[in-house]
Amino acid sequence: MNLRRLFMSLLLLVAGSFSAFAQKTISGVVTDSATGRPLPAVSIIVQGTRTGTQTAADGTFKISVPANAVNLVISSVGYANKIVPISSENIFVSLTQINASLNDVVVIGYGTTTKKEVTGSIATVSTKDFQKGSITSPEQLIAGKVAGVSITSNGGQPGAGSVIRIRGGASLNASNDPLIVIDGVPLDGVDFQGINPNDIESFSILKDAAATAIYGSRASNGVIMITTKRGRSGKPMINFNTQFSVSKIQKEYPVLSASQFKNLVDSLGTQTQIDQLGDANTDWQKEIYQTALTTDNNLSIAGGFKNVPYRISGEYLNQQGVLLTDNLQREALSLVVSPYLFDKHLKIDINLHGSNTDSRTANTGAIGNAVSFDPTQSVYSDNKTFGGYFEWMTNDTTPQPLSNRNPVALLKQYDAENHALRSFGNIQFDYKFHFLPDLHANLNLGYDVAKYTGTTNVSVNAAQSYNSVPSLRGQDNQYYNNHTNKVLEFYLNYTKDIPSIKSNINAIAGYGYYDDHYFNRNYYSFSASHDTMPGSKPSYPTSFSDVTLLSYYGRLIYTFNGKYILMGSIRTDGSSRFGPDYRWGVFPSGAFTWRINQEDFLKNSNVVSDLKLRLSYGITGQQDGIPFYSYLNYYALSGNTSQVDFGNNYYNFFNPPPFAADLQWEQTATTDAGFDFGFAKNRITGSADYYYKKTSHLLASVFVPALTNFGNKLTRNVGNMTDKGVDFNINGTVIRNKNFSWDVGFNFAYNEFKITNLSVSQDSLAKAASNIAVGGIAGGTGNTIQVLSVGYNPYTFYVLQQVLGSNGKPIEGLYVDQDRNGTITQPNDLILYKSPYAPFTFGFTTAINYKKWSLNTVLRASVGNYVYNNVASNTAVVRNVLNPVGFLQNAPSSLLNTYFYNNQFFSSYYVENASFLKMDNLGIAYDAGYLSKHSYHLNLSLNCQNVFTVTKYSGSDPEIYGGIDNVIYPRPRVFTLGASITF
Amino acid sequence: MKNIRFKNLFSLVAVGLILLSSCTKDLNHIPANSVFSDSVYSNAAGYKTALANVYAGYVLTGITGPGTSDIQGVDAGTSDFVRCLWNVQELTTDEAVCAWGDPGVPDFHNMSWTSTDPILIGLYARCTYQITLCNSFISHCSDAELASHNITGDDAAAVQEFKAEARFLRAFQYAVLMDAFANPPFATDSDAIGPLSFPKQIKRADLFNYVESELLACSSSLAAPHQNEYGRADQAAAWALLARIYLNAEVYTGTARYTDAITYSKKVIDAGYSLMPSYANLFKADNNVNNSEVILAIPYDGINTQTYGGTTFLVNSACVNSTYAAGSPGYAMSTADYGVPGGGWGGNRSTANLPNLFPTPDTTVDKRGIFLNSPGVTEVITSISQFNQGVPVNKFTNLTSQGVEAEPNAGGTFCSTDFPLFRLAEQYLIYAEAVLRGGSGGDATTALGYINLLRQRAYGNSSGNIASSDLTLPFILDERGRELYWEGFRRTDLIRFNEFTSATYLWPWKGGVQSGTGVDSHYNIFPIPITDLQSNPNLTQNPGY
Repeated sequence: MNLRRLFMSLLLLVAGSFSAFAQKTISGVVTDSATGRPLPAVSIIVQGTRTGTQTAADGTFKISVPANAVNLVISSVGYANKIVPISSENIFVSLTQINASLNDVVVIGYGTTTKKEVTGSIATVSTKDFQKGSITSPEQLIAGKVAGVSITSNGGQPGAGSVIRIRGGASLNASNDPLIVIDGVPLDGVDFQGINPNDIESFSILKDAAATAIYGSRASNGVIMITTKRGRSGKPMINFNTQFSVSKIQKEYPVLSASQFKNLVDSLGTQTQIDQLGDANTDWQKEIYQTALTTDNNLSIAGGFKNVPYRISGEYLNQQGVLLTDNLQREALSLVVSPYLFDKHLKIDINLHGSNTDSRTANTGAIGNAVSFDPTQSVYSDNKTFGGYFEWMTNDTTPQPLSNRNPVALLKQYDAENHALRSFGNIQFDYKFHFLPDLHANLNLGYDVAKYTGTTNVSVNAAQSYNSVPSLRGQDNQYYNNHTNKVLEFYLNYTKDIPSIKSNINAIAGYGYYDDHYFNRNYYSFSASHDTMPGSKPSYPTSFSDVTLLSYYGRLIYTFNGKYILMGSIRTDGSSRFGPDYRWGVFPSGAFTWRINQEDFLKNSNVVSDLKLRLSYGITGQQDGIPFYSYLNYYALSGNTSQVDFGNNYYNFFNPPPFAADLQWEQTATTDAGFDFGFAKNRITGSADYYYKKTSHLLASVFVPALTNFGNKLTRNVGNMTDKGVDFNINGTVIRNKNFSWDVGFNFAYNEFKITNLSVSQDSLAKAASNIAVGGIAGGTGNTIQVLSVGYNPYTFYVLQQVLGSNGKPIEGLYVDQDRNGTITQPNDLILYKSPYAPFTFGFTTAINYKKWSLNTVLRASVGNYVYNNVASNTAVVRNVLNPVGFLQNAPSSLLNTYFYNNQFFSSYYVENASFLKMDNLGIAYDAGYLSKHSYHLNLSLNCQNVFTVTKYSGSDPEIYGGIDNVIYPRPRVFTLGASITF
Repeated sequence: MKNIRFKNLFSLVAVGLILLSSCTKDLNHIPANSVFSDSVYSNAAGYKTALANVYAGYVLTGITGPGTSDIQGVDAGTSDFVRCLWNVQELTTDEAVCAWGDPGVPDFHNMSWTSTDPILIGLYARCTYQITLCNSFISHCSDAELASHNITGDDAAAVQEFKAEARFLRAFQYAVLMDAFANPPFATDSDAIGPLSFPKQIKRADLFNYVESELLACSSSLAAPHQNEYGRADQAAAWALLARIYLNAEVYTGTARYTDAITYSKKVIDAGYSLMPSYANLFKADNNVNNSEVILAIPYDGINTQTYGGTTFLVNSACVNSTYAAGSPGYAMSTADYGVPGGGWGGNRSTANLPNLFPTPDTTVDKRGIFLNSPGVTEVITSISQFNQGVPVNKFTNLTSQGVEAEPNAGGTFCSTDFPLFRLAEQYLIYAEAVLRGGSGGDATTALGYINLLRQRAYGNSSGNIASSDLTLPFILDERGRELYWEGFRRTDLIRFNEFTSATYLWPWKGGVQSGTGVDSHYNIFPIPITDLQSNPNLTQNPGY
């Protein structure tokens, strides 16, 4: 890579001069035709030039135009464009709102297009449609907003992130995460830590191969393209946005009360166990949760400096978690500058984002322990051995090695401090050739660097880090790692209108380079008194890993007569994850779009305002998520607790992991057929898609024949998986008049995926019979509850069919004898039973505006998803309460339904229907407007998130990605008061 | 202006061309802190660390700590050789029963295992994994490869000795597969490792011939008895394994080989080993020191060689902290008394049959009966999942012979006790049994003398000595129980005496019934694990599964 030389050349390019060319000044005001309110941030451009400005907060603008200028083009997102002749020096314009503008810009791979000409299945969500309230991570902005996109937060811990799935995913062991592209720079994985959601202007979600294949290498699971906010020329607009939130948990995990617990022990326990009961009445979940406060302040300034648009923003977020001691603080800064040079032939976009996140992460083990800790014990005890906290002991000084730990002590005696510094951004040059203005050269240089450091301290007297050797008690540990992601993209884009043959051509050809470097420092482990923990010496002081992708790509879009659009693209990618003979994959796609409403028979229809048919087919690749070097037969050194004794000398040794030299790209072929439609002048718009994805050369971790490799299971290209479904969305305006409007949006997705082959053997019997145990559960050693099985959804539950008594309650140990041989044995009596993935998902949004008031809500539903209640299966048994080895534990209330004595881990009883309806958001906003002319514009809002959940699931929250519930960090109910002032 | 523009344009295009042509080599990354085989095998010292990797195959679960594993399909902590072997050889018998409901565990004592049992998957994968390490090592020991690294003279001789050890370990693991799975897949150092291939299955009798020939062949290149480093195999280990497979040859091949069993057990007996004065010290944390009896042991260390299997499993699974209260079930026990104050997993104990082999269920008469005999201990097991029912066995301990915890800094769980794979006492018992079964080359008087050596150590004097009339085959089976219990022999012994699956000998919960019941004879052989059956079309399942 010769990045330095490249930068030198680009600096040369930049070293030009700005040219000024103003002749006369026009000023004016832009208003909404329906409400008469002034419109801020409206774009004003002199027709046929790139000279432009935008309206200020009060709708006014001022622009210098060449003497020969004729018209101004006035445009704003959500409004119909207007071309206004420059007839006087004061221009008053009113714009008419349109529901979903067909001219809305849609961001696609390597360029933009308009909604009416989009060839792929692409959904766009922009600022006005974002989820409201206290949103601290970008992906939460679009939860429930797009058909076929599921966003499941990893619980309520500050900074927890989410699992994002577009149309269910296409891989098994390779990643199912979509590719995230911010301002044209692909990120490595889904990592939103440290990104300020307030800087985001819009999301484009690319779902089918026509849209994604241009990102061939990593596009099998869809692409989410994020565009950040930028400045527009004009006078500076200052926005200050502040939010104050209060969070509380919605529901405790239901457990036995102290008196129920005491009754159980009194009636079933031995005298020893009865003697272990305490006198307290402690609600441990109440002890570990708090009412959490969050403040989030954002300040941004956007405008143009000497015709150079800029935007600067800063954020300070201070977020408490609902779990005691959890806290996250983030300072984020961003700067976006977009100058034009050389008579506007060179457009430069510079995006710089940086953030510093300091967090204290609570010991989340306390959540499960609070469910199972004996409610008759008090938080504190007279024994001061463990800092005054009650703990189960084997004698006066030793904690019981097998028991759970005091949940409050787990939190307060544990201090994990994390510091994350992250910066990402890019500089993009778009050069329009002087001798051939139809040809653009585009160079995009991006980076994403992050450094993570932190410490973990556990008190010397904490039972959670007890050691029989006093000097080895507690913890004083640290970590350091960093990540550097470098991106270079270069492409040429040629667009040409050829009116003589009613044709338009848009072609690109490009090259991409993507490199990720991970670096890690390895430390000794220390006790609280900073004594070295035996055996913790790292083999090497540092370690690192790299992965690189190279790509060449091309795309041609041909439009005939504005009605028929043909698109073809091809991309070839080389990945360092594969050996030289296997590392290049070729990913083609093709699409056809017919704008039916442009045909004569519909052109003048009053009913149908838009109708478009989209057909596409394409192949995309996948290699993310598998080990970096699994094609290489390398040797790694054993760790210092893994030495071999020869004659009382200990030897470290080099060991080869299993490898597959012929590993290659996983490929997904996607077929998509869809309609976009609009009725009644686009008061009703929507789209419907059917898709079928077939993944072949599936990268899966499978068993290989014994004696053929250094291990019995490794990642290989085996088998196939299919994924098919339907996405549908419709948006409409029910009522619109001067004072009142009501908009609704609804989306629906159906998805069905199943494994079609999973064995390295070509033997047809083996192919059909493969079952790979997955889904490890808590309880026992090595128990699993799910399987990958041919013909079924991946991660289908694999259980014994529970027999219910006449009272409808399960009978302990009684299962259906599937093979009718008289005994219950695994696997013969196990059945494939339900899936954790919802086949049906729904989203519903509505907004009602009355004068200055607006009310909005987002509802989300998931139907047909099941969850294995591992909390109940592991702890809701009498034997767990009356532990024979010297301590008592509480149990979930479901114990009172089953009265199981022993664990029945494989009972289908614990696979529960976790379908749900959630109101994510309910908000009311008041737009106070301009408090006085030319002063400031004020918006006030009050929001509630996680308003309610309707579900039959018996745990605390049915929304659990992967379907195994071990007590999720609660997603709190959040009340947010917000104010936004624009000057 | 125009010139500048074109210069800039030219720069852009030029830079673009440079990029397009120069970056494909960036796709070749090598993992940090790693090497390739040519540097591992570059000199004699490298061969020795590679040999350590071969041995690690049966010592550890994985190479980066006790939570990691080389193999999958089984819980990582359960995936070491000794833990899997012990589950298979002991939990299936009268000697042990486990309270845990972990996958596969209850099926062993219930005699209802299937081809999906994770611990069977684990044992099979562990044996074949170590064989693969052996095959890889042996394939690097060719004269040509040694010559290419300029390894000559004493270094080359040392490598040949390493190679013989790898051949021994390979034969040992094939012998385990032969005993447990009968007809495993088969590959040697001439088969490639890495590319997808489907090894052929080998018949039990053919495998017997292979193991025998390999042991005979490698034994001449192994170090003489006592001449190798502790923890590494010498000639006596090969002879001891030959004696063991000859004793069981009739089961494996249908042809008795008792004369050969006598020959090879005698070779071991005459090689200068002697019984340790204290039986209990054979299973304590300092059993690596001055151990005159052990022929080959798997060494563990609480800090340097950590695993959740091995003796850490044997000690922790057999104890728990509990208190005694009159009228309540259970007894007083402290894990600190077994050198694991931070551990104690409360799983394994014995059925009544094992202590019943002893004059008293403790060490007062026969010092080998290392059972807890205190208030609250009850022999009767009404529920297998209740650890405090049944007889606690505390033969393995992490205390030293001085009675102190071996390595307190290890955190009170990981043990430093070594596991004996071959020790002299077994060879005495093989000799005596082979004589009783009609082998030639030995004599009954010598056999009786060997047995009485074991009895004298057990009783501390000659009061436990037996007369020649007492030396019968049933006595041998019981004496093997008393001497070798919990060392991984019992299932093989019961099969040799035709008492494993039959109803002639019962123990509590045999076959899943409290009073015990016979099961079908196909349970004498374990099924080929489903994981391999599905990936290798050349395999056929054993009969009955």
